[in-house]
Amino acid sequence: MSARDNIFARIRRGLGLPTHPEPAEREQALKVLQEKPRGPRPSQVWQDPVQRFIERCAQLSTTTETVSDILAIPMAVASYLNQHHLTREMVIWPGLAHLNWQQAGLSVRVGSAKNEDLVGVTGAFCAIAETATLMMPSGSETPSTVSLLPETHIALLDKSRIVNYMEDAWDLYLSEHKTLPRAVNFISGPSRTADIEQTIIIGAHGPYRVHVIIY
Amino acid sequence: MELTSFTFKKNVKKKLSDARLQNNMRRFGGRFVEARAKVMQEVDNLEDIRVAAAAIRDRSLAHLDTYLTLFEEQARQRGTIVHFAETAHDVNRIVIEIAKANQVKKIVKSKSMVSEESGLNDAVINAGIEAIETDLGEYILQLAKEPPSHIIAPAIHKSVEEVAELFAEHHHTPKSTDIPALCREAREQLRPHFLSADMGISGGNFLIAETGSVAIVTNEGNGRMVTTMPKIHVAITGIEKVLGTVNDFSTILRLLTRSATGQSITNYVSVMTGVKDAANADGPEQSHVILVDSGRSRLLGSRLQQALRCIRCGACMNHCPVYQNIGGHAYGWVYPGPIGAVLTPSYVGLKEALDLPQASTLCGACQVVCPVKIPLPELMRVLREDSFADGLRPWHERLSVHLWRFTANHPKLYGFLTRYVVKLLKLMGGKSGQIHWLPGLDGWTEGRDMPAPTGSTFRDQYKAQRHER
Repeated sequence: MSARDNIFARIRRGLGLPTHPEPAEREQALKVLQEKPRGPRPSQVWQDPVQRFIERCAQLSTTTETVSDILAIPMAVASYLNQHHLTREMVIWPGLAHLNWQQAGLSVRVGSAKNEDLVGVTGAFCAIAETATLMMPSGSETPSTVSLLPETHIALLDKSRIVNYMEDAWDLYLSEHKTLPRAVNFISGPSRTADIEQTIIIGAHGPYRVHVIIY
Repeated sequence: MELTSFTFKKNVKKKLSDARLQNNMRRFGGRFVEARAKVMQEVDNLEDIRVAAAAIRDRSLAHLDTYLTLFEEQARQRGTIVHFAETAHDVNRIVIEIAKANQVKKIVKSKSMVSEESGLNDAVINAGIEAIETDLGEYILQLAKEPPSHIIAPAIHKSVEEVAELFAEHHHTPKSTDIPALCREAREQLRPHFLSADMGISGGNFLIAETGSVAIVTNEGNGRMVTTMPKIHVAITGIEKVLGTVNDFSTILRLLTRSATGQSITNYVSVMTGVKDAANADGPEQSHVILVDSGRSRLLGSRLQQALRCIRCGACMNHCPVYQNIGGHAYGWVYPGPIGAVLTPSYVGLKEALDLPQASTLCGACQVVCPVKIPLPELMRVLREDSFADGLRPWHERLSVHLWRFTANHPKLYGFLTRYVVKLLKLMGGKSGQIHWLPGLDGWTEGRDMPAPTGSTFRDQYKAQRHER
């Protein structure tokens, strides 16, 4: 008997189930998995998900700004970096290479982040209005390290992709992809810790700053 | 973690007279309570969500083997290797086997309470492998060579002065009590380890059967580092942590972070599925999940099954007047507070943790705040009954209960005895009407006086007043 067999035997004995599982048990469980019932959500007290997202960001120490269109992004990034006295060198997601970064005076490297990178620029698959959360699936075009290793994370967010609840974010992802990627990281603000004297300190192992540019 | 629950009373005495601990508990203990109360106001249908969350947990538990099988199938399909550990000892063995097979020299760890059950760090280090805790609280405790005293805030019993001393000693840096500077120091110390480790070990807040995923809920970013940078990721979690779907996870998450730290959501929530493949730029090439029983399956079908709903938020301990006064270490094992008072005797044996279910006034605060509605006071009462039925309580306690039962079953004898006892107690109260010492109950009267009865029993007074009418 393997460890697995022993554990499963104890579980079934404890639950008062017959030694061998009935096919109906599996069908019943699969039915729930396929129906994927949604649990209750807090009332949607907001009218506009974009407005809600922006308001909640402020509570998480995430800064936001809105630009008129995608072409205005490089200049917005440059002025944010300038304002915070940050380097103009950054690592960006491959999918953002087409933007005119040079014109804004920024020097970019495309791909995964390295330890030396101080600024990382990413997109976002979508965002959740309830909690001001960015949904970031991993992938070859969306390396996870860019939102993790640098001290400053700048995320570009399409305003038409702000959904109300986490359940909506999962639905959106699974309507566009068959299976989940290696990692889905939900990011809600800069990294933090309260492990010393319960005092909240922004900036632990991940970014110190998260800035969302909504277009 | 070394078990000291059997000396609970002695532990408590020590902790109550530890001035530094008492000071730290008073300063930091209440913050979680305030933060939780505030953030719960955002949720206008808290009770509905709690009922749903409890039902989600009950559904997984009622079909636990089926949900685990479905999880296993999905996880395997994505290249994750699923291991089963019957005991805490098996957890250590499996981790060391994986490490040895891959020539692992350095392990970075994010928080895992299950790995504390087996004392994984010591086992790994004894096997000649470096193991570094990376959660700030756990890192502090690894330097201090202490176990965690809280499941969410492991170093809550330490003051900034104590952390400053530890860092100065171990990092050979000038002593600073500036908290942001200490956090930066830890970041700078740990970053090279994230980048050079061969293996990352994390816990698993939940498993998702639908997708074969492991979910972790963190704030510092160390959990993401540990599960992204090294080439091997090992997640260790209990068999009871499986959920059905990503929607079940979303429901539970709403309560977990709010109940734990008073956050609407933590900074990071990572749902990991399988290994790095051609479609990924980063992530581990090997992914393992170790599913641990170690006493859990014993609770299924027992009167304590509801304890397995626990989602490890820590709200019960934050709100417990006993925990607030004695801290986590006194409980003598991994899980302190009311949930620890139920889980520790269940996992390590009631005989080893006899006094834990007694460490409660049964005030009910834990049950009121529990996001998955675990009736903790009732479960502690079940364990109290079991300890009596199994003859584990001390002889004088058993004798007094037997005497009480006998007199309570004989009303005339009861009336006769109480009439004299009440008179005796009145005498003992003297002029002040306060009893300073009660034989056999001196533990209770040591810290407080008992108001003396006025001299007649309830029955006598009742009889007299009925006559007056």
